[in-house]
Amino acid sequence: MSGPVRERCQVLGQGRSGVYHTLTVAAPRVATASRAGQFLAVLPGTDHTFRLRRPFSVHRVGRSGGTPATVEFSFAVLGPGTQALAALREGEELDVLGPLGRPFRPPATPTACLLVGGGYGAAPLFLLSEELRARGCRVDLLTGAATAERLFKPAESAAVGDSLTITTDDGSAGRRGVVTDAMPALLASAGGTVVYACGPMAMLAAVARTAAAAGVACQVAVEEQMACGTGICFSCVVPLFDGAPGVTRMARTCIEGPVFDGAAVAWAELGLGELTP
Amino acid sequence: MKLDRRGGEPAPLHAPPGAGSRGASPLAVDLCGVRLPTPVLAASGCFGFGREMAGFVDLAGIGAVVTKSVSLEPRRGRPTPRVTETPSGMLNAIGLQNPGVEAFCAVDLPFLAEAGARVVASVVGRSADEFGRVAARLAAEPAVRLLEVNLSCPNVEHRGEVFATDPEAAAAVIRTVKSAAGVPVLAKLTADVTDLVAVARAVVDAGADGLTLINTLLGMAVDTKRRRPRLAAVTGGLSGPAIRPVAVRCVWQVATAMPGVPIVATGGVVTAEDAAEFLLVGATAVAVGTASFVDPRAVVEVADGLAGYLRAQGVATVGDLPALFKPGR
Repeated sequence: MSGPVRERCQVLGQGRSGVYHTLTVAAPRVATASRAGQFLAVLPGTDHTFRLRRPFSVHRVGRSGGTPATVEFSFAVLGPGTQALAALREGEELDVLGPLGRPFRPPATPTACLLVGGGYGAAPLFLLSEELRARGCRVDLLTGAATAERLFKPAESAAVGDSLTITTDDGSAGRRGVVTDAMPALLASAGGTVVYACGPMAMLAAVARTAAAAGVACQVAVEEQMACGTGICFSCVVPLFDGAPGVTRMARTCIEGPVFDGAAVAWAELGLGELTP
Repeated sequence: MKLDRRGGEPAPLHAPPGAGSRGASPLAVDLCGVRLPTPVLAASGCFGFGREMAGFVDLAGIGAVVTKSVSLEPRRGRPTPRVTETPSGMLNAIGLQNPGVEAFCAVDLPFLAEAGARVVASVVGRSADEFGRVAARLAAEPAVRLLEVNLSCPNVEHRGEVFATDPEAAAAVIRTVKSAAGVPVLAKLTADVTDLVAVARAVVDAGADGLTLINTLLGMAVDTKRRRPRLAAVTGGLSGPAIRPVAVRCVWQVATAMPGVPIVATGGVVTAEDAAEFLLVGATAVAVGTASFVDPRAVVEVADGLAGYLRAQGVATVGDLPALFKPGR
């Protein structure tokens, strides 16, 4: 795995699904180095305003003649930075730093994997599924959101894994409920031994708890407010159990994560309950 | 259109790669008796402990690395969210997270020394005594060339810990540090005071060899939809280009009142022109802070651009700039 690089990328296209935008950019060096779970720090805007980079996980890597050539990332418009990104058109340039962070770790031997995404947290699971299936793993994809329009690419999701389960809080698509309602049965039917999850912190806490209760390993890709993405600002920390029992330390998600062992994150310290209730 | 790191037009002052940033260059400066290859430093708190940037920047090639502040004991820092973007800048409330002086000396400092970086160690404490103990420990390390005494971090539990808001409290810390440490000492001050020159005089009279101006300005931002502060700590330090005019004013005021006192200027430097502003009004060196979050190579690019600026202006060395500043019309 090589280190992050800064590329001034040409925008190849912008797609839309529900409330989410997906940008595809030509970035051969970033694409070659990217692994699922890693992220890009993207500098939005072409005006003269000073802005910070925005972190987005790598959604997919595209190939040209067998060589990684493009990366895709997805976002919802929430503020001026994502507004500027949503306005980008084919042929315009984008300043991308990546890939950053540590990726999801694949299982040592082929096994059944349950991939759980909340909202556009499902984005990195597309690339992860490709990596896992290339290693002979079975992949069950479980995605959830508050409403149908907040589901991440539901139409394309069916082809991502060997099965697809969808939940929405309001029942407007898939099963009514939350992803953790569906986890136990999916783990039992596929004989899953590892859960990979990405989404809001509260969902990740619940997924980690459900995985622990089922006795399966769990890796979570967390999201915290970030200024640099390179480890120098110390903004994006999460409390981790690591070392002495019961003692936590603040780990930078940009360089130590964003993927962590679900059992290592001190969810209670984040106000998200104990791992084992 | 080509993007530069400010997302606008290409930087107008761009020297060939590496130009002027090494060797006996017009950029070399003497800072409190320490020779630096360029006057462009990596600012404290915006470059980690240097190791994080080693993949992007040749640490031996930059002016100096001012480390993240180091305290006697490890500090966990504040809860998240710790940062939020604001117009032309950002607020942070990191809360001085650091591994403590012993771990710093055992792990981080050897890395910087091995990489050939000139190290300015930033010192923080809750009392003059604590500052003194950390300073003594750091000054015992040959790799530490200078100390920067952080008297002005706004992200502390009590405003009483912002020593630089009180000339006497600030002077007491500097006296203790000076008697504990045998290396040159920079006092880092805040602009959040009525009379900055009075604080500057007090710390220089107490023995400070130079000044770092300015720290972040205490600020606050509110999420109106959630009706909450945007930072978990409620208030935080404002940095970035938004504070640059305040910083330039501070450097000019102090340099005018106290000529000959070396000043490291910091506050919103993104481009070489930004650095030149500070050097013209009397700074000896500048430190690049928030810009490194956007461009990991900002420290190098500002130095290279400064060489181009000197050539374009027909100025021989960076040290000539203050004398060329024309106050008034």
